[in-house]
Amino acid sequence: MQLTDLTMLELAAKLAAGAVSSEEATRACLERIRQVDPKVRAFLRVDEEGALVAARASDARRKAGNPASPLDGVPVGLKDIFLTEGVETTAGSRILEGFVPPYDATVVRLLKEAGLPLVGKLNMDEFAMGSSNESSAYSLTHNPWDLTRTPGGSSGGSSAAVAAREVFGALGTDTGGSIRQPAALTNTVGLKPTYGRVSRFGIIAFASSLDQPGPMTRTVGDTAALLQLIARHDPQDATSAAVETPDYSADLEGGVRGLRLGVPREYFIEGMDPEVEASVREALREYERLGATLVDVSLPHTKYALATYYLIAPAEASSNLARYDGIRYGQRAKDARGLKELYAQTRERGFGPEVKRRIMLGTYALSAGYYDAYYLRAQKVRTLIREDFTKVFKDVDAVLSPTSPVPAFKLGEKVDDPLSMYLMDVFTLPCNLAGLPGLSVPCGFTKAGLPVGLQVLGRPFDEARLLRIARAYEREHDFFLRPAPLRG
Amino acid sequence: MALTLEQVRHVATLARLALTPEEEQRFSTQLSAVLDAVAQLQSLDVEAVEPTSHATLAESLLREDVTRPSLPPEKSLANAPAKSGTSFAVPKIIE
Repeated sequence: MQLTDLTMLELAAKLAAGAVSSEEATRACLERIRQVDPKVRAFLRVDEEGALVAARASDARRKAGNPASPLDGVPVGLKDIFLTEGVETTAGSRILEGFVPPYDATVVRLLKEAGLPLVGKLNMDEFAMGSSNESSAYSLTHNPWDLTRTPGGSSGGSSAAVAAREVFGALGTDTGGSIRQPAALTNTVGLKPTYGRVSRFGIIAFASSLDQPGPMTRTVGDTAALLQLIARHDPQDATSAAVETPDYSADLEGGVRGLRLGVPREYFIEGMDPEVEASVREALREYERLGATLVDVSLPHTKYALATYYLIAPAEASSNLARYDGIRYGQRAKDARGLKELYAQTRERGFGPEVKRRIMLGTYALSAGYYDAYYLRAQKVRTLIREDFTKVFKDVDAVLSPTSPVPAFKLGEKVDDPLSMYLMDVFTLPCNLAGLPGLSVPCGFTKAGLPVGLQVLGRPFDEARLLRIARAYEREHDFFLRPAPLRG
Repeated sequence: MALTLEQVRHVATLARLALTPEEEQRFSTQLSAVLDAVAQLQSLDVEAVEPTSHATLAESLLREDVTRPSLPPEKSLANAPAKSGTSFAVPKIIE
């Protein structure tokens, strides 16, 4: 057993007992990265020096009997969408090449204050737009379970690094499934908190009414512990919720006896992978055996969610990405004549094809003459999608479904077909439109050894119950103990 | 719904993107396909439905309007592609 095989909580216990130091754990991560990252390519940059300085400071605190948090000294990674003071942050885009943020995102500050060494920045789809990590301008990340396949996206560097045990945990962001789908494809746990639960301050914006950061780890307990550190009100984010943070670990082992779990018929559709469906159906039977009641429910507007999302998210993105104009930061086209040409050339050269496609789509949906037919109409359908969930949650405690309709697909398979790529988010994006919490927990493997994820959706601010439901299943299987083969 | 090349050029101007002719062609095809797919929303009756612009589920809070330290000019300018003193430098706007 290697040090990097430990879960976050197991490592934290060893750190607390003085059996291992944070510097040893951090060096173990750095060594593991040197060994496996040439194959996985999860990292865009490793901050060896910063991580070791933080680890030594953590060891000093532990020695003095004064740890900053229960996870003090546990090394983690960050999706390259979180601003890190003094460490280059690109959001996977050429337009931000060389950008060194002058301040930390709130969640980065919280992790630093809690004593976690930050090992480096993880690859992602450019500006989080994508479901396979292939839209990154920098490198192609490979799934540790099959190196010829995608680790999912957009937080695919985070999922791959956690699955390959290069870090003990990571933070990702989820706008339409970008934490949960990569978690499902890599046998890891990913939680998208309720909109407003975790601060967005200092996170490079994609779609502001949908974006939410959250933990990606190997176990449900680790996700609960990491969420504990970042779920709090932030006056610097006007949409941050002033809601008290419960103890997410207190009721984790509470089981599911007596809970009513909804199974939405619209989430079991034609075209989904039969092995994914079989794994999820088996998990549902397991929940019955564990004492939960399954309830057949309907979310009738589900079939409109994809269209709604692909109008709202690009519209918000086209507005958010207007800031990349080559004036204040990032790259600037050098040979442009005049200001307008400078803008247009900078953006033409700095953005990749998927980002341009979404800016174009969003600009069109917001433009004069089309606003009512596209953007406003999508916002109205968004209301109907939200109301579906509100009605269902009057009757059930949570909703269960597959996270992704298919297991990890081959790199290159969907790159030239944007619509088929967008379909990868069909089960995850309604949750973002409704602002609800959702998580993905491992629920087995296909015959070819590809991981399958089970999605649990819940009421606003009901993350503790989602974690408890996921843990009840995890405890029966311990899929997280299985190491990824790192083969192609 | 088909997006003509002319419409693609108009949207690219609004979005400040200097697309190549190949990109104009490709986006015309791809965006038309996406617009066809989202056209299903037109079949819903949403006349009486209020739009949702934000998923904020908790009460929004206003904070006290007090001054706080902000980034010093040298930090704000540290990433500027071109600067002049304590300002961002841009090409001449008025001839």
